[in-house]
Amino acid sequence: MTPINPTIPLLILALPLTMFLVLGLLGPKMSHKAAGWLGVCGMGTVLILSYFTAFTYFFSGNEAFTDGVNRLQYIVFNQDWLQFYDKLVIRIGFLLDPISAMMLVVIPTISFCVHLYSMGYMEGERGFQRYYAFLQLFSFSMLGLVVATNIFQMYIFWELVGASSFLLIGFYYQRHSAVSASKKAFIVTRFADLGFLIGILVLSYYTGTFNFTELTSAVTANGSYAISETTAFGAFSSFGGATFMGCSLFSWALVLIFMGGMGKSAMMPLHIWLPDAMEGPTPVSALIHAATMVVAGVYLVARLFPLFLLDDFSALTFVTVIGAITAFYAAVVACTQVDIKRVLAFSTISQIAFMMVALGVARPDIHHGMGYMASMFHLFTHAMFKALLFLGAGALIHAVHSNDYTAMGGLRKYMPITHITFLIGCLAIAGIPPFSGFFSKDEILTAAYENSFFWGAWMSMVAALTAFYMFRLYYMIFWWNEPDYSAHHHKPHDAPWVMTAPLVFLAAVSCVAGFIPFGHLVTWNGAPYTIHLDWSVAIPSVIIAVCAIALATFMYKKENPLPDRVAKATGKLWTAAYNRFYWDEIYLFITHKIIFNCICRPIAWFDRHIIDGTMDGFAWVAQRLSIAIRPLQSGNVQYYVWVYISGALLLGVVTAFFMI
Amino acid sequence: MFSNPLIYFVVIPVVMLLGIYLSRSMAQIRSVAVAGSILLTALSVWLIVDYLGLRAAGDMAPMLYRGDWMWFSALNIKLSVGVDGISLAMLLLSSIILLTGSFASWKINPLPKEFFLWLILLSIGVFGFFISIDLFTMFMFYEVALIPMYLLIGIWGTGRKEYSAMKLTLMLMGGSAFLMLSIIGIYYHSGPDVNGAAHTFDLLQIAANDAIPHNWQYFLFPMAFVGFGVLGAMFPFHTWSPDGHACAPTAVSMLHAGVLMKLGGYGCFRVAIYLMPFAAQELAWIFLILTGISVVYGAFSACVQTDLKYINAYSSVSHCGLVLFAILMLNTTAMTGAIMQMLSHGLMTALFFALIGMIYGRTHTRDIRQMGGLMKIMPYLAVCYVIAGMASLGLPGLSGFVAEMTIFVGSFENTNTLNRVFTIIACCSIVITAVYILRVVGKLLFGPVQDEHHLQLTDATWWERTSTATLIICVAAIGCFPNFFANLIRFTFSPDIFAVLK
Repeated sequence: MTPINPTIPLLILALPLTMFLVLGLLGPKMSHKAAGWLGVCGMGTVLILSYFTAFTYFFSGNEAFTDGVNRLQYIVFNQDWLQFYDKLVIRIGFLLDPISAMMLVVIPTISFCVHLYSMGYMEGERGFQRYYAFLQLFSFSMLGLVVATNIFQMYIFWELVGASSFLLIGFYYQRHSAVSASKKAFIVTRFADLGFLIGILVLSYYTGTFNFTELTSAVTANGSYAISETTAFGAFSSFGGATFMGCSLFSWALVLIFMGGMGKSAMMPLHIWLPDAMEGPTPVSALIHAATMVVAGVYLVARLFPLFLLDDFSALTFVTVIGAITAFYAAVVACTQVDIKRVLAFSTISQIAFMMVALGVARPDIHHGMGYMASMFHLFTHAMFKALLFLGAGALIHAVHSNDYTAMGGLRKYMPITHITFLIGCLAIAGIPPFSGFFSKDEILTAAYENSFFWGAWMSMVAALTAFYMFRLYYMIFWWNEPDYSAHHHKPHDAPWVMTAPLVFLAAVSCVAGFIPFGHLVTWNGAPYTIHLDWSVAIPSVIIAVCAIALATFMYKKENPLPDRVAKATGKLWTAAYNRFYWDEIYLFITHKIIFNCICRPIAWFDRHIIDGTMDGFAWVAQRLSIAIRPLQSGNVQYYVWVYISGALLLGVVTAFFMI
Repeated sequence: MFSNPLIYFVVIPVVMLLGIYLSRSMAQIRSVAVAGSILLTALSVWLIVDYLGLRAAGDMAPMLYRGDWMWFSALNIKLSVGVDGISLAMLLLSSIILLTGSFASWKINPLPKEFFLWLILLSIGVFGFFISIDLFTMFMFYEVALIPMYLLIGIWGTGRKEYSAMKLTLMLMGGSAFLMLSIIGIYYHSGPDVNGAAHTFDLLQIAANDAIPHNWQYFLFPMAFVGFGVLGAMFPFHTWSPDGHACAPTAVSMLHAGVLMKLGGYGCFRVAIYLMPFAAQELAWIFLILTGISVVYGAFSACVQTDLKYINAYSSVSHCGLVLFAILMLNTTAMTGAIMQMLSHGLMTALFFALIGMIYGRTHTRDIRQMGGLMKIMPYLAVCYVIAGMASLGLPGLSGFVAEMTIFVGSFENTNTLNRVFTIIACCSIVITAVYILRVVGKLLFGPVQDEHHLQLTDATWWERTSTATLIICVAAIGCFPNFFANLIRFTFSPDIFAVLK
């Protein structure tokens, strides 16, 4: 008995791709409405199919999906795509396991909300059909990424999500800022992917496989796979202790692969593209740059988690350190930004770093590897409330036609639905019970404290900053003082239902998602366990969050000079944080001043003047020589006779000299 | 003789020459060119299908559809033909590019008849080269392909066309001189052939004898490799490429970058490495360094160019460098990747040059600083340009990705440090490629419209659409179904056939 009809998973991938082709090729001939609703319906179908697949996986209890205790990995189909040699084959397949099934819920949900929302948000925009085509392309790529059966399939779709992100960031292609932002996003993530690619090359050379099931799990009796780090030991031992620059090559491979994740998930120092990516339409930011694509790095580490466990935790420590630094950095910067989408972007970076830290501190012997579960839990809840916040921000921008929150204020009176849903999002991200963020963040903090007090305390501090900057944002938008809205041709008001419906839905999810028994669904090796709230961590973190919110209320609820005074008091630090600690300037300096001016230009000059000069030099020499001997062929008969006679005489003399 | 299907790759173009010679109008010339190249494409597709059938039926001969006709018995020169999967892939590539090139030169002016005559003469050289397995005949066709280039660029070109045509021809002729020396050397050490003749030009026979003394291989291998390497744009013999491409008319750029540069890569493995496996193994490192430099050097140079054709020519240096680089890795996977890269580069660079020609035909400039926002003015061409760019920077689903990945995975199999280091350096090119491609796309297609006069320009005509759409479909076909092409190619790179892979 087949546990699931393979047509359904196939359709999940095929439908968005078909929609992309249909909308891309025929879109210009369709009306906006037709193209939009076609996109929405297509995504709706994918949503139903993916829910069905995920629910079948989690709850059908089929023996292919669970061995009675642990959840198993199951390959629905796996088609050869490109064979390198006998063993090494890239396949395109569909892997069902706890995390891919979870992503099958997350991606279509957010994508559907964004599809629907965009019907209102993008109304009347030039290139509406193109926008929907790209959304479908993105959904296809993202779904292909999460269900990858091998690391190369993941890399393929990884590149595709990068390209669709490029296309969507640069959607308003006539704007300089959008074009350069899309370019930056693509090149920075490309650079990270270089590491990913080399990591794959190293890993696949030694282990001789790309398949996740061979790298991280063992075959069970009924053809499914059980995840465990002991079976991944084969992958580790195949390296035979090879080292490079004092580190084991295995660690190098993992760190290089993680570099790919750092690029996509905007970890320091490869985070610079994400804030600029906000140049894209806001629903795109919600879908790609908040909920789905940017968590691909977290997903990658989670996918290879059993391999990371074998590495004496050195690669995991690297993940933790990068994550912790990024979380703190992004939270500090978020406290100073004035563009609401940028605040949300930095908040996203910080929250993803939370997930990274959770993975980094996870140890299988401590509470069933709860860091892993916490990370995935937070991925889920964050996707919902961050998408909510972004879509809310979109509704605000739609209403006041500006990203800057100096143009907003007192909007709670005009946009009640947006206000309430945005508030729910803020409460969720700040970690106030009973909203979803509280539960997932609490698990992360507990895992961090279990690992070491230092990481726990560090992350608690970041959590406090999170609550502060989110409520700073909230008060600045909805309270503060009201700018003069009469300059607009209408007062700001709530958006049409296609835009508010997704907000209400996501807000509802953010209210209840915390109660999902995640420990029973997603754990690193599929073994279910019951989550217990650790009150010794939960109560202090709630107190900290409430204090941070109180501080934000004190500073930002009503217009007052306090924020300015704080900014002045912290002086340089504030300016530095406002300028994102000058990372963009550093990158500009390296790329323009060093790479362009000190490598590219000299090479181009060298090519034209030295290499080509040499070739021209040969031609020049040949030409000079021919000019030099040309007078010999003057056509002057007297001259020929003269040469003839003198030559003959010369020969005669020489001959005579030798004869005598 | 005419029962051998391969002969028709020369016969059809000869008939086309005749047809074009007799044509009275532009329409007749076009229809002859298009009909002929469709016929050639159909023939190569049919041969590929038939070839795979024969292989599946268990035919293990290195070359199929063999035909031998003595041509000049005193020197044992024969017209011998035969193909394997690689030659077939190249024949398909050539005929597709000839077809799309004909569409791209729909409105060629002046002297359309002469233009097409030379173009088809050039393609006779190309087709003849790919079907020959006799060194002498191969070399003859090689020269036939080179000479028309001089006239095509010199007469129908733009800019400093005389200079470029001369430079290109002289540099390639210089390569041919090396090549001829090497071929004569190989001939003298080729050992007896099956009929007992002292020397032979037959590739398969020479490889089977493997009689070239090792100390001679040390001289002959570099000469053959450099001789073909010049055409393959190997550093430092690549400078004909930017100037030549920049001045050539559209169809010539397409055919030259798309097919002629592939003659170089093809010759390198079919002659240099196949016939002299000992020297190939001993001396590969020298050329590995040169081609490794080509890969990044070309990419870096492309980053600061402002002329669209220069950018693409330098990008070709980089991509063709990768072909030779992978061939020198001397293992099945990398060499398969090299051939896929030849296919992929041939198609996408032809697409690029076609698009550049079409854009230039409208804006009358190729300087990216004077253009901008073309996406708004000519969306069809701009979208095609973005697709070509994406193929070039290795987006999965298009041809560049599969070729590059096969090369990188194959190259990484070589365990020695030099190969590994250069593999990683070559991998870096994927980032640099992204930089120069996106720079062009951002400047040329996106952004606000730079020049008011461009607003009146029109989008692609139907023949331009046919030309570019065909190429895009081919690029996507390789990118989506790479295993078909990999299997077609891989057979030849087995240790039974290629001594160097043992």
